Amino acid sequence: MTADQIIFLLCAALILGSALMTVTTRKLIHAALWLVAALFGVAILFAILQAGFLAVVQVVVYIGAIAILFIFAVMLTRRVVLDKGQQTRSNWWIPALLGLLILGGLVFLILGQPDFGRTAVEMPTGVDTLRNLGTALVSPDAFVLPFEVASILLLAALVGAVYIATGNKE
Amino acid sequence: MSTPLSWYLILAAALFSIGLFGVLSRKNAIAILLGVELMLNAVNINLVAFWRYLDPAKMTGQVFAIIVFAVAAAEVAVGLALIISVYRSRKTVVADEIDLMKW
Amino acid sequence: MIFLNDPINFLDGWIRGLLTGLGLPDSLTTVIIYFIGITGLIVFAMVLDIFLVWVERKVVARFQDRLGPNRIGPFGLIQPFADIIKLIIKEDITPAGADKLLYNLGPVLAIASVIILWAILPLSRKIFGVDLNVAVLYLVAAGALGTLSVIVGGWASNNKYALLGAFRMVANMISYEVPMVVALLIPTILADTMSVQGITQAQSGMWFAILSPLALIIFLISAIAELGRSPFDLNEAESEIVAGFHIEYTGMKFGLFYAGELLHAFTFGGFIAVLFFGGYGGFFGLEKIPFFSWLNNPFIQAVVFLAKAMFGYWVIMWIKYSMPRIRIDHMLAFNWKFLTPLSLVVLVNTAILSKVLAGLPNWEYVAGMFFSNIVIGFITVEILRAYGRKQRKAEMNLSPQSAHNQERTV
Repeated sequence: MTADQIIFLLCAALILGSALMTVTTRKLIHAALWLVAALFGVAILFAILQAGFLAVVQVVVYIGAIAILFIFAVMLTRRVVLDKGQQTRSNWWIPALLGLLILGGLVFLILGQPDFGRTAVEMPTGVDTLRNLGTALVSPDAFVLPFEVASILLLAALVGAVYIATGNKE
Repeated sequence: MSTPLSWYLILAAALFSIGLFGVLSRKNAIAILLGVELMLNAVNINLVAFWRYLDPAKMTGQVFAIIVFAVAAAEVAVGLALIISVYRSRKTVVADEIDLMKW
Repeated sequence: MIFLNDPINFLDGWIRGLLTGLGLPDSLTTVIIYFIGITGLIVFAMVLDIFLVWVERKVVARFQDRLGPNRIGPFGLIQPFADIIKLIIKEDITPAGADKLLYNLGPVLAIASVIILWAILPLSRKIFGVDLNVAVLYLVAAGALGTLSVIVGGWASNNKYALLGAFRMVANMISYEVPMVVALLIPTILADTMSVQGITQAQSGMWFAILSPLALIIFLISAIAELGRSPFDLNEAESEIVAGFHIEYTGMKFGLFYAGELLHAFTFGGFIAVLFFGGYGGFFGLEKIPFFSWLNNPFIQAVVFLAKAMFGYWVIMWIKYSMPRIRIDHMLAFNWKFLTPLSLVVLVNTAILSKVLAGLPNWEYVAGMFFSNIVIGFITVEILRAYGRKQRKAEMNLSPQSAHNQERTV
């Protein structure tokens, strides 16, 4: 059990524990905050995987924007202060069974591939991942087209969300 | 980096199934979106783990993960705007009660 | 390496020798040294915070033409300790119906989101927490955590005024993150790196405040809005919604919010110093002269950095105590209709000019960038004046006199 395996297991415990609390807790505000904990765990995981830029972008985009959006939506759509009653549907055991089946299938597939048991290749020295990422996003023989399409998607989502949320002003 | 790649993939699979359980079993529409977010994060973990473990010199994995960030943000924004708009007219966010197209 | 030239490495080697001499394995020694470093940095930040309470009260007093605390200790220096003792012995009330875990989490998140910023603040060339290559984005991420603390605190208080204040403050903070990120991109472009050490090194020839004064102004305004200080302090508008989102917090929990806000202001002063005023360096090449080689000493650099940070903090306090509060809709309109387009224009201008003028000698480069900023500022002011003129004319046409006359003809 080397040090980074221990760190990985702690991080995985944080992520999975927070995710379980997100989908099972009764109060919706607590679910949103457990999601924040899970997203933070994923950011730590990205940092362990030496994708530092992605870790920080995860915090900025997911925790700083998406989670705050969720919290606002929860606060703006509540009828009662406390969430009463059962929060999951009455036939919740079917999704649980389905989730376990899918998990079992995926684990079986992963363990069946011997190549997936490998450890990481060495990070090539002298490679500045941040600069390479920036170049890859805007260089024409790399990924400038998905980048531009993503920005159009974001523009469409921005206009759409503003229009839907402001409602009809006659 | 002595953790095997399969550990990351199993973690992502577990996170995905927990998200799936959340989507299919919760009544509140916002809680369903929380499950969708968990699934998108599982996908991101997979992408970045493969990027790091196979070929860190090529940027494909990270670029894909960034596009997933953008798509997730756009989807959450529009989804929550829709839910708030439905709440305004129907006064409910329970998914079962939003079952009439026009009233 | 003697202590005076390289303190962190010296201490690292000394403690490591001590601990491995006691027989501990190497990885455990590294972990212990990291913990000692983290604790030292946090202690320094919190002790500085105590000093900042005194500075704040003296400075606000002088701005308001009075003396400030001068009874306890010489010049009132013991005043913060009196404040801390008062806050600790106050009754710790949790409002009925408040969410206990979240209620206690709010102040913790507030102060944590500020202390994590001290990990990247470069006190000198050799004294810093960590040299992240995405430090500028890390600053934005820490701001996001601060936003979370506001909303948790406002919600958990089970009080509609607290919730209202929290909503307004979060809307404020999220909106002003956009021009802040764009203004942060400008030193990144000029220095060709996101690391704060790299940005400080790149300013050894010329400060970025001179290369791009508009970026400094935009960053200053967005930083003040992020902090939630006057003139953007609608969240704690004492005359309107009492104390905003920390209305229900008593004793040391309120003390954590308050101390966190002061330390956040000082940290932003530090970032203004690093990003625009040369940080611990920026002596315009003076330190290369052998007579001034003592300017390369880590401790002298730390003192220079803290002095510049204190200057930045003083500017933030100056603006706070001189300007009236802005209404929430004016605040948001100012952000989305003025600050964001302006910051985007300045960004495009900087990006294009920094490549076009790249080959020119130093003074022409500096003059070109500076004058392009002046031109953009001038055009902006002219547009604002024309807009103001149009609005005044429209208001005169709709004045009560003419409206009354128009009604009569019906």
